[in-house]
Amino acid sequence: MKFSENWLRELVEVKADRAALAPALTMAGLEVEELTVLGEGLAGVVVAEIVAAEKHPEADRLQVCKVNAGQGELLQIVCGAPNARVGIKVPLATVGAQLPAGIAIKAAKLRGVESFGMLCSAKELGIDNDASGLLELPADAAVGQALAEYLGLPDASIELKLTPNRPDCLGLVGLAHDVAALFGSAVKVPAPTQIAVTSTARRGIRLEAGADAPRYLGRIVEGIDPAARTPLWLAERLRRSGLRPISAVVDITNYVMLELGQPMHAFDNDKLQGDIVVRHAAAGEALKLLDGGEVKLDPGFVLIADERQPLAVAGVMGGYDSRVTDATRHIFLESAHFAPAAIMGRARKLGMHTDASHRFERGVDPELPRRALERATELLLSIAGGQAGPVLVAENLADLPKPAAVSLRRERLKRVLGVDVADAEVARIFTALGMQVEPLTDGWRITAPSSRFDIEREEDLIEEVARIFGYDHIPTHTPAGALTLAIEPEGRLNELAVREQLAARGYYEAVNLSFVSMDLLSQWGFSEHLVPLLNPLSADLAVMRPSLLPGLVEALRHNSARQQERVRLFELARVFGQTETPSLAIVASGAAHAEQWGEPARVLDFHDLKGDLDALIAWGGESQRWSLHTDGLPGWLHPGRAARVARDGETVGFLGALHPQLAKALDLGADVHVLELALEPLLARRLPKALPVPRYPSVRRDLSLDLPEEVSWGQVDQVVRGSLGGLLKELRLFDLYSGKGVEAGRKSLAMGLILQDASRTLTDVDADQCVGEAVAALEKACKARLRG
Amino acid sequence: MDDLDNRAAQALAEIEKADTLTALDALRVSLLGKSGIVTAALKALGALAPDERKARGAEVNRVKDRLADALAARKHLLEQAELNHRLASEKLDISLPGRNGERGGIHPITRTLERIAAIFARLGYQRADGPEIEDDWHNFEALNFPPHHPARAMHDTFYFGDGRLLRTHTSPVQIRSMQGRQPPIRIIAPGKVYRSDSDQTHSPMFHQIEGLLVDETSSFADLKGTLAEFIRAFFERDFEMRFRPSYFPFTEPSAEVDIRWDAEDGSTRWLEVLGCGMVHPNVLKNCGIDPERYTGFAFGLGVERFAMLRYGVSDLRAFFENDLRFLKQFA
Repeated sequence: MKFSENWLRELVEVKADRAALAPALTMAGLEVEELTVLGEGLAGVVVAEIVAAEKHPEADRLQVCKVNAGQGELLQIVCGAPNARVGIKVPLATVGAQLPAGIAIKAAKLRGVESFGMLCSAKELGIDNDASGLLELPADAAVGQALAEYLGLPDASIELKLTPNRPDCLGLVGLAHDVAALFGSAVKVPAPTQIAVTSTARRGIRLEAGADAPRYLGRIVEGIDPAARTPLWLAERLRRSGLRPISAVVDITNYVMLELGQPMHAFDNDKLQGDIVVRHAAAGEALKLLDGGEVKLDPGFVLIADERQPLAVAGVMGGYDSRVTDATRHIFLESAHFAPAAIMGRARKLGMHTDASHRFERGVDPELPRRALERATELLLSIAGGQAGPVLVAENLADLPKPAAVSLRRERLKRVLGVDVADAEVARIFTALGMQVEPLTDGWRITAPSSRFDIEREEDLIEEVARIFGYDHIPTHTPAGALTLAIEPEGRLNELAVREQLAARGYYEAVNLSFVSMDLLSQWGFSEHLVPLLNPLSADLAVMRPSLLPGLVEALRHNSARQQERVRLFELARVFGQTETPSLAIVASGAAHAEQWGEPARVLDFHDLKGDLDALIAWGGESQRWSLHTDGLPGWLHPGRAARVARDGETVGFLGALHPQLAKALDLGADVHVLELALEPLLARRLPKALPVPRYPSVRRDLSLDLPEEVSWGQVDQVVRGSLGGLLKELRLFDLYSGKGVEAGRKSLAMGLILQDASRTLTDVDADQCVGEAVAALEKACKARLRG
Repeated sequence: MDDLDNRAAQALAEIEKADTLTALDALRVSLLGKSGIVTAALKALGALAPDERKARGAEVNRVKDRLADALAARKHLLEQAELNHRLASEKLDISLPGRNGERGGIHPITRTLERIAAIFARLGYQRADGPEIEDDWHNFEALNFPPHHPARAMHDTFYFGDGRLLRTHTSPVQIRSMQGRQPPIRIIAPGKVYRSDSDQTHSPMFHQIEGLLVDETSSFADLKGTLAEFIRAFFERDFEMRFRPSYFPFTEPSAEVDIRWDAEDGSTRWLEVLGCGMVHPNVLKNCGIDPERYTGFAFGLGVERFAMLRYGVSDLRAFFENDLRFLKQFA
């Protein structure tokens, strides 16, 4: 809602200057989004008439004008505006004037011809953006009058960001009432008029849309002057309120909408046939609208039609064929009430948003149509003449919203706001807002005016009191109240702990958008249970990510392309498929460690990432429930350098090098290793159960074996543990070698066995026996051979 | 007698001259060892008359003590010298980089979000969560947004084919936390939210934190006090604040909160940081809570906005580009 400050001040006494008005409105819930000061610094600018104009002898584009500025003698002004011509009235900045744009007017010679002032465009005066030519003033403007006085300047254009619950402020009169309550002042709103009827022209109106359109008023005005022009004052007010003047009739309906808040429409009466019918659209019914667009409707829309065809989409926009044109002489004015529910979302459905739909879907005072119709007629007659017919009324009183009384309890008011507001102040606030106040023993009974659609329950009244009383006057207090301490289960790790651990291990946390492109997903081979958006912003953001990895690998590539040789990123977020699952992913490429003087450089590999996984798992204290498997790998992983991760045998994620083909397709220079896990299993944590510390020392025996290449460490580990049972406390692999000195196809392992008995100290004989058993088992199960 | 004294005097001089621990130890053996001179003198006592033996014994023991003390003193000196010598040679360049000291960092959004959640945790607010793909009822209806209501148009919503949607705010977590539960309730619900809007100051995905308190005594004054405390705790300083009347379908009265922010150029301006209000009775009713008995307040804030203010980030999009040159600034 944009309006002219001067216009508001004409309707209500505002006990604040411009600098104080904007914050006062904002603090009353009518947020001022923008305030533009118009026409300041117009001292020395007067209305002048061009009485002669000749071509400049030295310049094609300049004219030498003789101008009457009411000073007795004519002034010579050199002017370059294309519309400068004899007979028009224009603003003249006289010598000594200081224009808003910083131009100081001096007597000057332009290409050798003297000039005593400057004829101005609207832009040069800071009152509009139009710089196409001189601002042409109406012929009745008094020569010599100060322009500011003539145009009612300075003024300010104020834009309010109104919340949807305050449609009553979408008209200046409604806004004036709120301002009056705010400042404790009086409104100066013109009383409703009643125009003398001078014609009998009438047209039937039939209401056939039930509660959706319970009131429709119309009037025929015959014989208007099609050439009538919008007066400057009215055009200026529209302009300062953000509307472009179009034609006298349209400007008048717009003016009434801005003044009273009632959207209106004017039809060319000659284009109508028979009765006006207010009805629901038929399925597929089509209509060409004022803006030239063709719309297809359904029975959810209310139509204004005549007996032949649809004329307008109710509460949204008028039709093209019945519009008012330059040739229109007879007008049919519409001023109606449509139920908010009948208009809500309809314009949006047509991809539109109009001043009318904006108001009707929020709620327009059902008592306004007559007043608005009379006001529009008044303006129309005075500007374009014509003969007014009778007011034509069709209404369905039973379906009109009725103002209901709402009770407010004194106790409740105090409890919700946490402050005592004096009874007299409460009554003053409601009265000032135009509400009827009836005192009750425990509070008040309030009846809101028909313009307020947001007063339905006690809380609505409490809000009104708070708003006008002032939020600033409500004290601050910290809550007391019962508090039950929430239990944070120790058996579950905090997500922050996971993040911090990864950060400590060298990973930076990334946050990617939750949507990715279908193309990227097909590159990775994700195709099942995808969740595409119905209305994505773009194809790049079309599908909810089924995995964090595609986005995270993109982020890695982004960084690699920006001179970051070693990239390690992680992300915790939901992934989307048949369910929505929190997930953890990490990606890494480059050296295993930052380049360093004291350690040999090494490229990161599978086991580095496995180490990260081990560390994450170790936090839960139940590493034995986790296992890695080489089967069941997704296509995006390197088949020989990756693993499926399982917990209690159930797959929870994957780990390994990206498939070289995918890496190439994604244009990744170096090897990229990735890990993705469902987050929940990782957060499960064992509650420790303490055991006594062992009383007897442990014994260590080292063992060096060679065995076939294909035997995995996992198998060796299993065989040794199986053969030694509880005596084996720990098995450490400390060397792995194949090559020179080891038979081809075999590898050499060196491991340390840590043996311990809970009931006695193990002797050398015991230890040697254990080693013997382990070797025997390995020889049998793994074709191992003892070395050295 | 004189012989022992002479030997002792000579030995003391030798002890002083001994310049290695090995030489000193050889001396100790020659003086106090099994066949050393002191031992020999002690052994010789047996041949003396009893009265002479006593005096002579005391004499020998005095010599023994003097030698032992001198040996110990010298030993300490030599050890000290040797240690000093070793320490002098054991120098290294402490300015060389340490091994494997690299570390990563947590994203500024997480950092901000966790900080905010931790502040409210100290006030007894429990973390709560809900799905990002929501249904219309939780995201709108239950929060008192009727179908087609203009307030919905302010939430540019992403939809799915089955009618579900991406939550446009964290407020549905209010509903999920209140359902099947009775007050007192204090929850804080951080998470991702989505709006179909993308430009320099809007990201289609961003983060919000929702707070909710419901009990038998809470008032608008409590809401004001809670948020004033929060702002002070978060920024570690006091701010001039203002609560501005606003409108959200799920709270009434509703407010937007501005703080008086000092810009870098020295100017100050009001900056909107929060939306809040008293929980609408319809919302309580929708969750099976009696609005006559209980009142509550709710608030919501944008995590990115707080992170931008706190760390001086000027471009919202930097949060989602994951450029390490940006992320490393928060490590």
